[in-house]
Amino acid sequence: MAIPDDPIIRIRHVNKWYGQFHVLKDINLTVGRGERVVICGPSGSGKSTLIRCVNRLETHQKGTISVDGIELTDDLKRIDRVRREVGMLFQNFNLFPHLTVMENCILAPVWVRRMPLLEARELAMQYLTRVRIPDQADKYPGQLSGGQQQRVAIARCLCMSPKIMLFDEPTSALDPEMIKEVLDVMVDLAGSGMTMVCVTHEMGFAREVADRVIFMDGGEILEENTPEAFFSAPQSERARLFLGQILSHAQMGARTNPD
Amino acid sequence: MYVKRERSPSLPPPRSEAGVVGWLRANLFSSWPNALMTLAGLALLLYSLPPFLKWAVIDANWLGDSREGCLPPLGDAAGACWVFIKVRLGLLMYGFYPEAERWRIDLAGILLAAAGGQLVAGSLLRAATGRGRRLTGLFPLAGVLLSLALFGILPGLVACAYLAAPDILARARPGRLLLGLAHRPQLHLAARLGLAAGAGAALALGFGAAGQGLAVALSLLAASLIFIALGAYGQSAASVRFSLLLGVYPVICYALLLGGGLDLPLVDTDNWGGLFLTLVIAGVGIATSLPVGILLALGRRSRMPVIKALSVSFIEFIRGVPLISVLFMASVMLPLTLPAGMHVNKLLRALVGVSLFYSAYMAEVVRGGLQAIPRGQYEAAEALGLRYWRVMRLVILPQALRLVIPGITNTFLGLLKDTTLVAVINLMDILGILKSALADTRWLGFTKEAYVFAGVVFWVICFGLSRYSMLLEKRLKPGRN
Repeated sequence: MAIPDDPIIRIRHVNKWYGQFHVLKDINLTVGRGERVVICGPSGSGKSTLIRCVNRLETHQKGTISVDGIELTDDLKRIDRVRREVGMLFQNFNLFPHLTVMENCILAPVWVRRMPLLEARELAMQYLTRVRIPDQADKYPGQLSGGQQQRVAIARCLCMSPKIMLFDEPTSALDPEMIKEVLDVMVDLAGSGMTMVCVTHEMGFAREVADRVIFMDGGEILEENTPEAFFSAPQSERARLFLGQILSHAQMGARTNPD
Repeated sequence: MYVKRERSPSLPPPRSEAGVVGWLRANLFSSWPNALMTLAGLALLLYSLPPFLKWAVIDANWLGDSREGCLPPLGDAAGACWVFIKVRLGLLMYGFYPEAERWRIDLAGILLAAAGGQLVAGSLLRAATGRGRRLTGLFPLAGVLLSLALFGILPGLVACAYLAAPDILARARPGRLLLGLAHRPQLHLAARLGLAAGAGAALALGFGAAGQGLAVALSLLAASLIFIALGAYGQSAASVRFSLLLGVYPVICYALLLGGGLDLPLVDTDNWGGLFLTLVIAGVGIATSLPVGILLALGRRSRMPVIKALSVSFIEFIRGVPLISVLFMASVMLPLTLPAGMHVNKLLRALVGVSLFYSAYMAEVVRGGLQAIPRGQYEAAEALGLRYWRVMRLVILPQALRLVIPGITNTFLGLLKDTTLVAVINLMDILGILKSALADTRWLGFTKEAYVFAGVVFWVICFGLSRYSMLLEKRLKPGRN
């Protein structure tokens, strides 16, 4: 694959172990500014671990990761600088249940970016409108549906005006009815030129917005291709098997079809 | 094939489920065993309550000021002799605090009742409209008027300054939430200087009477600095009120109760006693053990091995020894380790002992709460760029502490009641005074009255604390409307 001309994430020869278990094996990946990359693969393939290394929620033992020119080391200041520019979405939303939707959104801008409160509120309202839930601002996360919670989580990330967004299976914990509302917001975000790295099984989403699809298995990148090429003619045997499983399930449940 | 065309409406519940009869049936007589238990409970009450009431209230002796008031020509020997308590009420409440100076304790009590009452009433009336909210303003108003009427101009002004400050501070910057201000480094500096001045005051106190004037001056400096910092930190009148209660009220009390400067004669802590002393020890213990306990709990979960080892060994050591031995060690061992000439006040030693002892218990309660918070909460907060202390303060602790309110209350109640153990180092708390009263040869044989009185006093305080904690728990439930 060609290396993007304006790389924002560079991952070089990254290895990681959990005790004896080798989870990431010599990973090399470069993501360009504004690029949208989808990472897929069977569970346990290390895809979540990989993106969690990008904002240092996990530490890697060998190799280098640099984000927007900052190399991730044990230096807390660097980690802080990277985290400020990288938003992350989780499978379980991880909203703060003791704070209202609005308070969830303004927490980081006020305490990390030191933004005046009124300004932070305006910004949050703007993003809540963008994810189409401005009317829920004063509710608590527990009062919202899963889809709404995930959209709040997106707004919470956006309030930090990140340069990169990481998505760790953002729709896996959602009911089929709610997946679409979250995917719509993600498609909208992709349209705005955000750099996105998504771990997801939503193949419809990958087809529609991804610039590149990365297939991982057993801690290795097995295949890297454009979505068209990957979905129509996967090169590795493992990817063919994986796609076969996913697509037959998708047809049975008709759960992913934004086209 | 079956297709439902109309949706079923929701109907009201059947009559037997509602009203008094419904409640009785559902709760007291729902089944045979339940009905039997209800009747047995009723029988027990009927058997035990009337004789007690007859002794404690109906046949009781209230009049007179000597033992004769309780004996046959004047009183009824079958009833309780409350005269025994009555003649010692001053002693039981204030200990050996000089009578002319007792107003200082009263003033501290009024300030606490006014500020605390407003907070409690405010949280009770949280849902109420503007008018209900404004009613809570009656507490500080009553506090100021009472202090003016009872103690004169100067104490009245102090009360006015303290009680009105939160509202003035909150109104001075309406709308502009002060969260943004909290980043100003000057405020951190003010808070730190305040704490340093407070520590200096404690140290000066260690040098006995000579350090007394300095201690009072330093404590006032500490109070004003903390006051400024907290005032600017607060987001609303209620939060300012709360931080003032925790940060400034103790300092005011310190200067007011101990005296030794500002025209207030020094009242040595050897003269402190009674319920007043009990409340001082319990109050200081409660206010210290929670923050120290939180720090210890965080330390125990720390990734830094030294901090972790220190916290674990402190907690395990303290939990392994009885409070009595901690108090003994504080009063016997500590003076041996201090440089000659330096004298640590007996009360201060008891305070440190009780606070550290309960910090260890509190640490384990808080750790239980910390463990209940899912990892995702830490990760989400860290991913947003928040640093460790902010993750803890803004995201983890508010959730963890709410979860363990019952455990925290438990520990507080244990602390309150264990203050009676300070008797072993010759501090006269309320129970100590009752015991010495029992030894009075003119008043032999009123054991029942003494212990019933002590029991009722402790029960009232503990019950109040427990109800307040339940209220707090309900109010802080996530997803409230």
